[in-house]
Amino acid sequence: MSSPFAINGGACVAMVGKDCVAIACDLRLGLQSLTVSNNFPKIFSYGDVYLGLTGLATDVSTVSDLFRYKVNMYRLREERQISPQTMANLVSTSLYEKRFGPYFVSPVIAGLNHKTGKPFICGFDSIGCIDFAKDFIVSGTAGDQLFGTCEGLWEPGLEPDDLFETISQALLNAMDRDALSGWGAHVYIIEKDKVTKRLLKGRQD
Amino acid sequence: MDALVATYSRSALEDEGYSSDEHQELIQAKPSLSLNFVLPPMQNPSAFLRALTDDHANPNCPIKLAHGTTTLAFRFQGGIIVATDSRASAGDWIASQTVKKVIEINNCLLGTMAGGAAPEKDCQYWLAYLGMQCRLHELRHKRRISVAAASKILSNLVYSYKGMGLSMGTMCAGVTPQEGPALYYIDSEGTRLAGNLFCVGSGQTFAYGVLDAEYHYNLTEEEALELGSRSILAATHRDAFSGGFINLYHVKEDGWVKHGFRDTNPIFWKTKLEKGEFSNVTANL
Repeated sequence: MSSPFAINGGACVAMVGKDCVAIACDLRLGLQSLTVSNNFPKIFSYGDVYLGLTGLATDVSTVSDLFRYKVNMYRLREERQISPQTMANLVSTSLYEKRFGPYFVSPVIAGLNHKTGKPFICGFDSIGCIDFAKDFIVSGTAGDQLFGTCEGLWEPGLEPDDLFETISQALLNAMDRDALSGWGAHVYIIEKDKVTKRLLKGRQD
Repeated sequence: MDALVATYSRSALEDEGYSSDEHQELIQAKPSLSLNFVLPPMQNPSAFLRALTDDHANPNCPIKLAHGTTTLAFRFQGGIIVATDSRASAGDWIASQTVKKVIEINNCLLGTMAGGAAPEKDCQYWLAYLGMQCRLHELRHKRRISVAAASKILSNLVYSYKGMGLSMGTMCAGVTPQEGPALYYIDSEGTRLAGNLFCVGSGQTFAYGVLDAEYHYNLTEEEALELGSRSILAATHRDAFSGGFINLYHVKEDGWVKHGFRDTNPIFWKTKLEKGEFSNVTANL
């Protein structure tokens, strides 16, 4: 309970669909049992790449700002948007720079590659080890529960609407079994030339 | 014949005050009825138990005990309102959303379950034990036990196990002809308090916040039920370890009445969208 990863609570999940990806997070920010805020989204966009950050809230803010700076610098130098694959390597190396005093975050990346149009998702531990996955990535205090719901609901080749339903049900039902996450959720469905952001009204207890 | 009458009858005044065996029953520390718990075979069993289960000093303990609750009870002009949430959690894990934290001791007495470490089982066991003692009292004395006496049986009992790792915070609410509506708070430290208003559990502060703001003794029955329900709702919202369903009871002169076991989710959105409360919660992107 006193783990830095479980003080503020939170959950994040990314999923692959047919020519689309989805990423979703809860909205809670707490201090142990006390819910401080119901409006603390954990997904940040960097051009067309989406980064979900769960863990210690102060590090979530710090790391999201750090990558805003790094991605902006990349865009200025390279005069192009960062691809999800490059972003994954950037996150990995940046986290490993803090090997002996890490940020207490578990990042998740979701996006479509600009050139190939292929879906890409991956997750990391707090020191940057990349977990490439063809199906889904989970993180946060409801991670165990998310593994269960995703294993049960996900199937290959989901169309955008079905992917939305799948990721939403996976997240909502996982959150209902975790005391430290919930209180609403954000869901992003990323298609070739369209991104849909939706708010889920979850249980407020 | 006289011998028979003497054996089977009692004097007219015997009902008044505590009789000698009634007194004996109240002060009797350890229960006499085959309650021999098996203890770990070592010098200091309670320290052993604490090393394995105490999640304050030792977060990596092997046995995670359930905690987290909001319970409340208050006296008002029309009787007593008892309300609880229904969540049981073990660490971050929500183990159940449908726990019955109000124990119906008999048709006039209610008990609530809450506590720090293992309230569910401790409370369930000892309130069931209290129910048994209350029934025995009824059979022995041919009248229903007072709330004062019932709560004292429980407090003396848990006091005898003090330091052994029992963990419970309970409220006894009931109506008897002698006392009228009576409410007692009992915890495993041995505290026993009579009062008008109590909240117990990890969500107690949130419940007190709402209850203290709106409470007065002359509440109507409808207002009192709504206040009890609203206080629990506030606690389930802000306290991560409280939630699930709202369990509502009203204790009246002729026994308690149950007012539902209702899911918080629709109640929350109704309260927010129709009354404009909980404005902190975002309902639109």
